[in-house]
Amino acid sequence: MSVKKKFKGLSDKAVAWLFIGPSVFLLLAINIYPLIYAIRMSFTNFYANKIGREPQFVGLKNYIKVLNKEAIWEKMQVTANFMFWTLLLQAVIGLGLALLLNRKFKGNELLTTLIVLPMMLSPAVVGVFWTYLYNPQVGLFNYVVNFFYDFGSFDMIGSSELAPWSIVIVDTWMWTPFTMLICLAGLRSVPNYLYEAAEVDRASKWQQFIYITLPSVLPFLLLALLFRGIENFKMFDMVVELTSGGPGSATELASINLKREAFEKWKTGYSSAFAVILFVTIFGFGNVYVKVMNKIKER
Amino acid sequence: MKKIMILLFVSLFTFSANSNAKSITLGWAAWDPANALQELTKEFTAETGIDVNFEFVPWPNFADRMLNELNNKGKTFDLLIGDSQWIGAGAVYGHYVKLNDFFDKEGISMNDFSPATVYAYSTWPKGSENYYALPAMGDALAWAYRKDWFDRPELKSEFKKKHGYDLGVPASWDQLYDMCTFFQGREIDGQKRYGAAINTERGSEGITMGVTAAMYAWGMEYENPNKPYDMEGYFNSPQAVEAVEFYRKLYEDCAPPGHSDAYMVANLDAYKSGQVAFQMNWYAFWPGVSKEDSDGRVSGFFANPKQNVAAATLGGQGISVVKYSDKQDLALEYIKWFARPDVQQKWWDLGGYSCHNDVLNSPSFPTSTVYAQGFLDSMGIVKDFWQEPTFVELMLPMQEAIHDYVVNGKGTAKGALDKIIEEWVEVFEADGKL
Repeated sequence: MSVKKKFKGLSDKAVAWLFIGPSVFLLLAINIYPLIYAIRMSFTNFYANKIGREPQFVGLKNYIKVLNKEAIWEKMQVTANFMFWTLLLQAVIGLGLALLLNRKFKGNELLTTLIVLPMMLSPAVVGVFWTYLYNPQVGLFNYVVNFFYDFGSFDMIGSSELAPWSIVIVDTWMWTPFTMLICLAGLRSVPNYLYEAAEVDRASKWQQFIYITLPSVLPFLLLALLFRGIENFKMFDMVVELTSGGPGSATELASINLKREAFEKWKTGYSSAFAVILFVTIFGFGNVYVKVMNKIKER
Repeated sequence: MKKIMILLFVSLFTFSANSNAKSITLGWAAWDPANALQELTKEFTAETGIDVNFEFVPWPNFADRMLNELNNKGKTFDLLIGDSQWIGAGAVYGHYVKLNDFFDKEGISMNDFSPATVYAYSTWPKGSENYYALPAMGDALAWAYRKDWFDRPELKSEFKKKHGYDLGVPASWDQLYDMCTFFQGREIDGQKRYGAAINTERGSEGITMGVTAAMYAWGMEYENPNKPYDMEGYFNSPQAVEAVEFYRKLYEDCAPPGHSDAYMVANLDAYKSGQVAFQMNWYAFWPGVSKEDSDGRVSGFFANPKQNVAAATLGGQGISVVKYSDKQDLALEYIKWFARPDVQQKWWDLGGYSCHNDVLNSPSFPTSTVYAQGFLDSMGIVKDFWQEPTFVELMLPMQEAIHDYVVNGKGTAKGALDKIIEEWVEVFEADGKL
């Protein structure tokens, strides 16, 4: 029987399954199965490095332990601070840059290319070279700051007050271009006739921005922030290279702590519970956020 | 076409010949001694025809990379020069081949090696006669200082006037502090200098190795000698608390700016670039430091200073055969060769730290290099971190709590040590030791 004949009698549904089958299989194998496995592990006292030791069922003990651990809440607070400031700064600066680049001027393309360069770099590389930039003795960062105001020598990475800001600055530097690009796409999709009509109605530039530009670009901005929020919730490489989570645990984000518990301390059961809690948190927030975003779009 | 076919056949033949050649792979950290070992091993290949491939992993990733490999029963390495603290996990989880029968068969006696190194690098349970490694690289945490600055008459007299004793090798941590503060912020030859580059690294083991150098010197014990794993009152004794407080004072008053996450290479860099008067580091780095200073005019070296007791943090490694290797016979052949006294002498000559008694007890050894006597002194007083199979789980809370106190300035020394004990109790309970 020829291949043509063999597939001739397939229904639309069967063809659809044929196309999505490999994706569904991969999704199940790479995402769903590990998730179910992790959920199962989270109810045991399993240690992946203790060969030959059978995991025992411990009920909700790991979850209770995670939720009652003060250090975990400290890490969650560090993560929340990091997310709040990075998202805020990236939204404001990204939108500002998009508004700037939406105007036609000489060198627009070159400036856009230069601005998007940081997000093309590897986060680990960014982390390493910012450690040099932040060096209080030879780093450019101190020099630039002191050029504008003489703060004297200060250590961005070694000080518990400044270290959280050091990671916020680097993430903002690296990922603001992403927010900017998405906002720029939004700005370019606003039809010109809206502004022409506003001009006819003698609306000021500020009113045009508030009543036309901002509502049009807001769904795009929210989408960019959703992506950045998810990424920053699981931020790992850049921060590890930059501060190793220090000083002390001043910049130890939840994901860094999770990695340490899972693959350095090998507390597989405990870290699975922690991972499930983080997953539920981000999944819950993500869902609420998408619903809010859809409502804004509908308006 | 004919030429292409010939080329193809030759390539295939070469590939097949190479894949059949006898070869083993040795894993270690990427540092100066590894290069010396690579050089030394050329003689092994010449003698036996066995090629040795090397995979050297940078220190910050060394433990992660190697322990993951062992936990996954990987076959990448036939031989592994693993850290002293891994011996417990290597033995208990069956990662390393037990070498007793092999040693007996080949006439290799552990009595031929320095007792401190056999105890630290080879045995599990500690002090037993179960050997899982051959002592390969003796090491301890020590200090280097800028002898050329110390020899300046104007600095010497100023120091003596201020402190009432001579500027020289510090006899205690108190003296070390005096000297560090003396140099802190001082301008020498038109450049601002600082006191000491000490371990403050957060990610792997750096700050723990550094702070324990002080804690051991203050007389800290990990546990009650009569009741294993009973740490209360020992690890957080008043002496231990004082030592941790002192280490923070040393960091705050004597470290160069930005030295908040520094370990081996960062300390070396700070010293070599002329920023600091002292650096804390492993003996393994001294051959490199003294290489460009053959007359010993610039740098001097000394063992960890005494405070209440003479003690030093142990470094170093033993060489083990990986249980999952398919080439254990070839790997054992390497160990047999490496244990030979003549090879051990060459090892020392090339910059490796032999643990063989024939080398260490040779009359010429103490004067063979400027740091040889210090090495002998240190190896007699070494103390190590827990060598339990769970040592990583024990190391991480200490890294975090000590970094939080020393660098971050958070809480108290007693609070940090109490927190570490709390976490350690949890680890020992999970491991069934408590």
